[in-house]
Amino acid sequence: MPPDGPAESTVTKAVKRKPRTQTGKARSTAKAASRQTVSIAFTGSGGAGVMTAGQMLLDAAAKAGWYGQMTRSSGPQIRGGEAAAFVRLSSEPVIAPNNVFDIMVAFDWMNIDRFVDEIPLDERSLILSDPEAGEMPAALAKQPAAKADLALATVAKEVPGGRPNMVALGAVSTLIGLSEEKVVAPITKALERKGVDAIRASMAAVKAGRKAVKGARTDYRLPVSIGTDRKERWNISGNEAIGLGALRAGMRFVAAYPITPATEILEWLAPNLEKLDGSMVQAEDELASINMIIGASFGGIPSLTATSGPGLALMMESIGLAVAAEVPIVVVNVQRGGPSTGIPVKSEQSDLNIALYGLHGDAPHIVTAATSITDCFFTAQWSVHLAEALQCPVILMSDQQLGQSRTVADRPKAQPHVAKRLTALPGTEDYNRYALTESGVSPMATPGTPGTTYVADGLEHTERGRPSSQSKDHLAQLDKRARKLETFAFGDHWAEIDGEGETVVLTWGSSTGPALEAAKMVRAQGGKVKVVSLRLLMPAQTDRLEAEVKDAKRILVVEQSHSRQFYRYLRAFYDLPFEPEVFAQPGPLPIRPLQVQTLLTDGQKRS
Amino acid sequence: MNKVNATASLSPKDYKSDYKPVWCPGCGDFSVLASVTKALAALAVPREDAAIVSGIGCSSRIPAYTNVYGFHGVHGRALAVASGLKIARPDLTVLCMGGDGDGFSIGGNHFLHACRRNVDITYVVMDNQVYGMTKGQASPTTDCEWEGSKLTPYGTGVSTFLPLGVALSAGANFIARSFSGNPNDVAELIAQAIQHPGFSFVEVLSPCVTFRPEQRGWKDIVRPAPAEPTSDPELAGKRLLGDDGFNMGVLYVGNRPAYETPIEAKSIRIAKIERAFSL
Repeated sequence: MPPDGPAESTVTKAVKRKPRTQTGKARSTAKAASRQTVSIAFTGSGGAGVMTAGQMLLDAAAKAGWYGQMTRSSGPQIRGGEAAAFVRLSSEPVIAPNNVFDIMVAFDWMNIDRFVDEIPLDERSLILSDPEAGEMPAALAKQPAAKADLALATVAKEVPGGRPNMVALGAVSTLIGLSEEKVVAPITKALERKGVDAIRASMAAVKAGRKAVKGARTDYRLPVSIGTDRKERWNISGNEAIGLGALRAGMRFVAAYPITPATEILEWLAPNLEKLDGSMVQAEDELASINMIIGASFGGIPSLTATSGPGLALMMESIGLAVAAEVPIVVVNVQRGGPSTGIPVKSEQSDLNIALYGLHGDAPHIVTAATSITDCFFTAQWSVHLAEALQCPVILMSDQQLGQSRTVADRPKAQPHVAKRLTALPGTEDYNRYALTESGVSPMATPGTPGTTYVADGLEHTERGRPSSQSKDHLAQLDKRARKLETFAFGDHWAEIDGEGETVVLTWGSSTGPALEAAKMVRAQGGKVKVVSLRLLMPAQTDRLEAEVKDAKRILVVEQSHSRQFYRYLRAFYDLPFEPEVFAQPGPLPIRPLQVQTLLTDGQKRS
Repeated sequence: MNKVNATASLSPKDYKSDYKPVWCPGCGDFSVLASVTKALAALAVPREDAAIVSGIGCSSRIPAYTNVYGFHGVHGRALAVASGLKIARPDLTVLCMGGDGDGFSIGGNHFLHACRRNVDITYVVMDNQVYGMTKGQASPTTDCEWEGSKLTPYGTGVSTFLPLGVALSAGANFIARSFSGNPNDVAELIAQAIQHPGFSFVEVLSPCVTFRPEQRGWKDIVRPAPAEPTSDPELAGKRLLGDDGFNMGVLYVGNRPAYETPIEAKSIRIAKIERAFSL
């Protein structure tokens, strides 16, 4: 087709091609009439506007009353690299990545090979690509998906100021059944600063895109019905949710060093901390950031830093200091592929070992994990609360999949957890900072309080806080620090538990979503599955977890690591009734619900 | 700035704890301890409003010997702890104290950035040109030909670190040098450093009588700097790089504004922040 050819008719014809007979087992329930979810991948070189298109589609879908999630995937380049926006929309809450993409829109073919593995397609999928971009690479051409031309560049050129990504947005919004009116709002919001002309041009490009696929197949449409009484919904990323949750709890000081994929926590917090009279410092390195928050917290201000694997490794010595000196801090670790620099832009759950065991000495500390994008809000708030209540560092585990994805979800429930530190009263007689109390928690004097001066020390110390290398002091303080975590009532928040059944899935972090969706599919087929996702990894809630698995006939461990770190942790801390099955897949490919579902159903057939 | 309590009349002794130092008899650090308590008493800083932060090393043991709030952290990170504390609690008088190894070697990067950041803290380095706690190894300020360490028996062969020149080029706002053998001078300089806004750096030559006994001879070499303090960085640079390390007194007084934390309370309600996420 010549580049200046009649784009509209070609596209319409191709897109109208009837879907082939369904053969995919996984999608046998996904009839066009009852479609509940649709997934779209926008791919292109950096700067092509892929992320903007994805973001606007998510926003427009939210306007239509749909739930959604957008995951980002990009190469290491700052500009001109490859980029992909993965958008999943549904009339029900979206908790996991999709199994298969319904629509893929390729803006160009640059570096597409690096993405092919991340975009599963089947015979019901549709690849829309710009004929101007040249021949479709073999890896995609051999896919069973339907293929159609969408002359993004040509159509965009016909609109003054039009951009191909807006044409793509128009085309996709039409295919999935979004009205034009729903697309207006996000465009207006995003381009407000650029002025009326920019908004008009983008809307014209969207219209052109809609026209280009007019009369195309309708089987990608989601139902448009929206209840009027629906709950308040939020559009939030996991990284933003971490920041908000921590602020909710009263955290007011952050020092940090930029690192992918945690930086958005800091960038979101910087202006918002200021609004709440808190402070943000960009530190010279992670050694500084961890020690700055220790200093600020010693000063009485609940404090937090955020980092990823390499930064966490640098912080380890000083997290031990916070254990010994009993200074409450929260360290958020947004995991990425490791070891070393690894895969900075993509997700993995392989920092579990360092979070649990990375400290030297006997150093009891708390490790929490967010179980979903919206749970980042809850777990951050809870983590600040725990750190302050127990005067102990908390390592809060998130990952790139949670942190850099946006969700449109029901507003998370308000939580009561706030920072509440046991402090010393002015003029306390014979004040002993490290007094041996029953709970292990002793009053922590805040500088400025008269009569309770003391030295916080990383050296082993007496109750008074004086350095000591005597065995009795060491034992007493080791016991005290351990006792704090052993006697505290962590309550029901230690895990998210879904369903009942003799088959139990044990999982954590961003693997939770796929496990939950898989369980739902299995239940729809009559199976019974319980999913237990651990929010509190350390201290291990041994009795509670053991109670959840005591009647199990099957246990499946699901995690995103190569060396089965979570499985090894479970074996180390819990008395499981029998050897579990393990599904451990390293990053960067996300765990997809179908993978877990297949393991669950195959196992059921076996038994 | 630093809170001054005009009504209290505390003596230097009131700022000392009853805890016995680990230092060797004759160690210069005893007199630095006396000087810092004297400076705090002279400024009448309420004990509860002062904090001394340190890292690891002989001199870093100092917080335990005082009666103010103290933080004895890990090796090399004292300036980071002190900066975080002062930024979070600008009402406190924050001093950071330690040795040459802690500050210029393992903590060298923090030294550079503390100078740049210019947070209103006072950094006192007790420089004895040796690692005393690990029994006598060369530090960044050790002469490259010093052969007294088993670790570097032929000398380090490495250029000596010039803390004051580095502090100046990195942006420190107040630079002074003193000698522990003249405790009144040290106290006076520390008091001036505390009162000067921004990051103030005081190097105190503090002999290690155990591993560098020849440093007892410093008392005969030290001399007042031959010129008045300057605010001109170019002139100060020339002087600092040109002297032999024994010119005492205030050597540079900068006029950069200290690191600022927003003063005006905004106190916006968190519900308003949350609304940004609502659809």
